Amino acid sequence: MPKDNSIKSVLIVGSGPIVIGQACEFDYSGSQAARSLREEGIEVILINSNPATIMTDPMMADRVYLLPLTVESIEQILEENPQIDAVLPTMGGQTALNLCKEADELGVWEKNNVRMIGVDVKAIDTAEDREKFRQLMIEIGVGVAPSKVANSLLEGKEFAQEIGIPLVIRPSFTLGGTGGGFVNTKEELDAALERGLQASPIHEVLVEKALIGWKEYELELLRDKNDNVVIICTVENFDPMGVHTGDSITVAPAMTLSDTAFQNMRNMAIKMMRSLGNFAGGCNVQFALNPENEEIISVEINPRVSRSSALASKATGYPIAKIAAKLAIGYTLDELKNQITQTTSAYFEPALDYVIVKMPRWNFDKFKGADDRLGLQMKSVGEVMSIGRSFTEAVQKACQSLENNAVGLGYYGQSVKHAEELIEYIKVPKWDRIFRIKDALMAGVSVKTIVEATKIDRWFIYQIQDIVNMEKELAKHDMQSLPKELLKEAKRMGFGDEQICRIMKEDASEDELYEKRKAWGITRVYKMVDTCSAEFEAKTPYFYSTFE
Amino acid sequence: MTQPHKPTGTQTAILMLEDGNVFYGKAFGKIGTTTGEICFNTGMTGYQEVFTDPSYTGQIVIMNNVHTGNYGTYEKDVESNSVKIKGLIGRNLEDRFSRYTADKSLQQYLEEQNIVSIEDVDTRALVTHVRTKGAMNCIISSEILDEAKLKEELAKVPSMEGLELASTVSTTEAYNMGDENSPVRIAVMDFGTKLNILQCMVDRGAYLKVFPAKTKIEELKAFNPAGYFISNGPGDPASMDYAIETVKAIINEKKPTFGICLGHQLLALANDITTFKMHHGHRGLNHPVKNLVTGLCEITTQNHGFGVDPEAVRKAANVEITHVNLNDESIEGIRLKDRPAFSVQYHPESTPGPHDSRYLFDDFINMIKASLN
Ligand SMILES: Nc1ncnc2c1ncn2[C@@H]1O[C@H](COP(=O)(O)OP(=O)(O)OP(=O)(O)O)[C@@H](O)[C@H]1O
Ligand SMILES: [Mg+2]
Repeated sequence: MPKDNSIKSVLIVGSGPIVIGQACEFDYSGSQAARSLREEGIEVILINSNPATIMTDPMMADRVYLLPLTVESIEQILEENPQIDAVLPTMGGQTALNLCKEADELGVWEKNNVRMIGVDVKAIDTAEDREKFRQLMIEIGVGVAPSKVANSLLEGKEFAQEIGIPLVIRPSFTLGGTGGGFVNTKEELDAALERGLQASPIHEVLVEKALIGWKEYELELLRDKNDNVVIICTVENFDPMGVHTGDSITVAPAMTLSDTAFQNMRNMAIKMMRSLGNFAGGCNVQFALNPENEEIISVEINPRVSRSSALASKATGYPIAKIAAKLAIGYTLDELKNQITQTTSAYFEPALDYVIVKMPRWNFDKFKGADDRLGLQMKSVGEVMSIGRSFTEAVQKACQSLENNAVGLGYYGQSVKHAEELIEYIKVPKWDRIFRIKDALMAGVSVKTIVEATKIDRWFIYQIQDIVNMEKELAKHDMQSLPKELLKEAKRMGFGDEQICRIMKEDASEDELYEKRKAWGITRVYKMVDTCSAEFEAKTPYFYSTFE
Repeated sequence: MTQPHKPTGTQTAILMLEDGNVFYGKAFGKIGTTTGEICFNTGMTGYQEVFTDPSYTGQIVIMNNVHTGNYGTYEKDVESNSVKIKGLIGRNLEDRFSRYTADKSLQQYLEEQNIVSIEDVDTRALVTHVRTKGAMNCIISSEILDEAKLKEELAKVPSMEGLELASTVSTTEAYNMGDENSPVRIAVMDFGTKLNILQCMVDRGAYLKVFPAKTKIEELKAFNPAGYFISNGPGDPASMDYAIETVKAIINEKKPTFGICLGHQLLALANDITTFKMHHGHRGLNHPVKNLVTGLCEITTQNHGFGVDPEAVRKAANVEITHVNLNDESIEGIRLKDRPAFSVQYHPESTPGPHDSRYLFDDFINMIKASLN
């Protein structure tokens, strides 16, 4: 079925100010959506209170309103633009969803003959109201952690008693884990409950058993009005459950999932998405997996383009927001083309022949006195994404891009801590944990001890061990003795020239190393991000550099 | 948790293609020499299921995904009783793994199964080459490092086109699976079936008798089947005269009949529709298929190097196209208009792969049940 021709003018709602948990991702999705609708000949009206965005450039939409994101502003826009026949709430994060829902409750859309496209209020409610979500999951047979919904301090305390410590508090209708947190001791309970209830616009929290040592995954999906669903990207969190996905180092594709476990997760995600009611567009589902028996529990579903769908788009080459906008106006996936190959179908699941690593960037030095431990509430202010032909290469590139003086994962200051101190230190997730894990391995701490201390999957630790082994090998050499094969292998593992020079015995200059490298023919090659791991020819791919 | 790290990892290995291209890498798995037809698989999970799939007999597989072996191997994640690929090519083949149920590392597993492999290859450049130039033979060696000698060995390898391989991987003795009291009795023609195809039918209450490839129709009928299944398998379907004869006879029984992959090609051949060798085939877990009957789409698992000629299908008066590939419009499913027989080119059991198409087993079993009433 082609697009719905009754839609001629669409209002897109932006995400407002850049705050922790809701940053430029939504500018990216909003801009993509605007472009996608306009190329269909649809008029686009845009509201966002944040002028420091691309989407509010006059080029992006037919009309841009820089107004506070309130129902009053919406009413004003609808009054001035009676031709608007639809509103797209799924591009502006939680802010846009909440605002559109509020306007709906006040009858604003109905009064102005505007319909919500992409998602309906019922789907928003089910996804964001922790209790409704829990009920629905139980109904469709998808696992959830033992939990209870509380609307008051008293109720919360009662349930905490039932469920037992350690537990987590998870507020409804928030994003970035705002107001959420761990309760490890009885003393922490009252404060955590109050904070959670405060953060939730409907004064509701979930009191839930803490899942300790479970692995966390995110799936990015697209669904069309015919109920066709595809999984665009599977993201594995390096940090286990308990560190917000926005604060976790994440990796795509999933590195440690068997096909049995992955298909189980995929089936659950599809079932969840189809149970949400009216929905056409992008969606994000989070899962926890118990590594001991591969049991899977659903954490949450976001019925909108999300923080991680921007990442997934760049990671796979599949423009999620652009396609989601087309699905919202009635197209089905099989009618659309893969934007990168331009010859194959948009109804497919991208295949990757590289590894993506996302690493968050924190600014604790600018927030003096802030608690730098990571947990349920997101604290990072940005992130870097890197692409490599191995996990080691990608993780080192990510470290190099953090702009915090880290020179790859191989070299970040000199750790003054001793092995025992390091083992204690890495038990608590903090921004520098991956660097301290590397220090611990350098100090001879075993992979097993690190896995026990951090609950990070041992596969990742083995990979970091490889980096450590390479660093130790490089340290035996100076510029003269450095063997060609070793240098080549180091480059393939993502070591930068500067990093190698610092590691080597004698002081060596980067220029000298570069010349040596060139003479040996160890130079960068460029590979494509093409959505299909080279199966088809790509017309509009983009490139990353690597060593082959 | 201390796992040995790449015991063979420092040894050089060479991959040479029929067109003379050479790739250097490191040895993995067994030290030795192997030959076969090169192909690539774009799946990102389920490598062990791929390696044990009998349809890969005679083939050397490139894994496009850059890390293979991360979760080790597990005795239950198999599609047959041994590794069927002839060799493995990867960017990073991992010998250290993480999974509670895993029993072996990929290195140990491939070594035990005598599979010569090569890693550290620029697989993307290699896949791009195969995609452009098409399927061809190749040789991997970690013992012969003399290119002239390799070329000589490679020249001895027969082309996949015209090669009959199914009878080499079929069961030698007939055997049964499932509940013997079930009225849903299915005679399975085994041309190299995947275990999970049989399991999908057993899980739905069928009683199976699995027959060797060259079994004659009389013997199949002696089982008194309520339906027939024609399995997947390796090699060129056009070279399988014996099987085409059997399938013709099966269709004449007018009992519910279902074919998968090679089985789909045989059903086509039995209806005078020709097959052809594809340029480089479809192998992966993300192939888009549209069901023309329901209008819905499914993401499918595929593994085939031969296809059914679309022109010939369209001309065949008694055949209806039920499924098409959304990427290249190739024929993914057919059914006969005058007989209760249907088939698909892809793998609905989907191990590995998305479970979108398992409804086809329900359809088949329901068809049989309806025919029994
Ligand atoms: N039962 C639990 N035990 C341990 N950790 C948990 C539990 N439930 C959630 N978490 C952690 O809390 C994080 C935040 O939870 P959740 O995703 O529900 O918050 P949110 O506010 O909806 O965030 P967003 O919408 O930005 O993803 C998760 O990423 C997960 O790591
Ligand atoms: Mg979340």
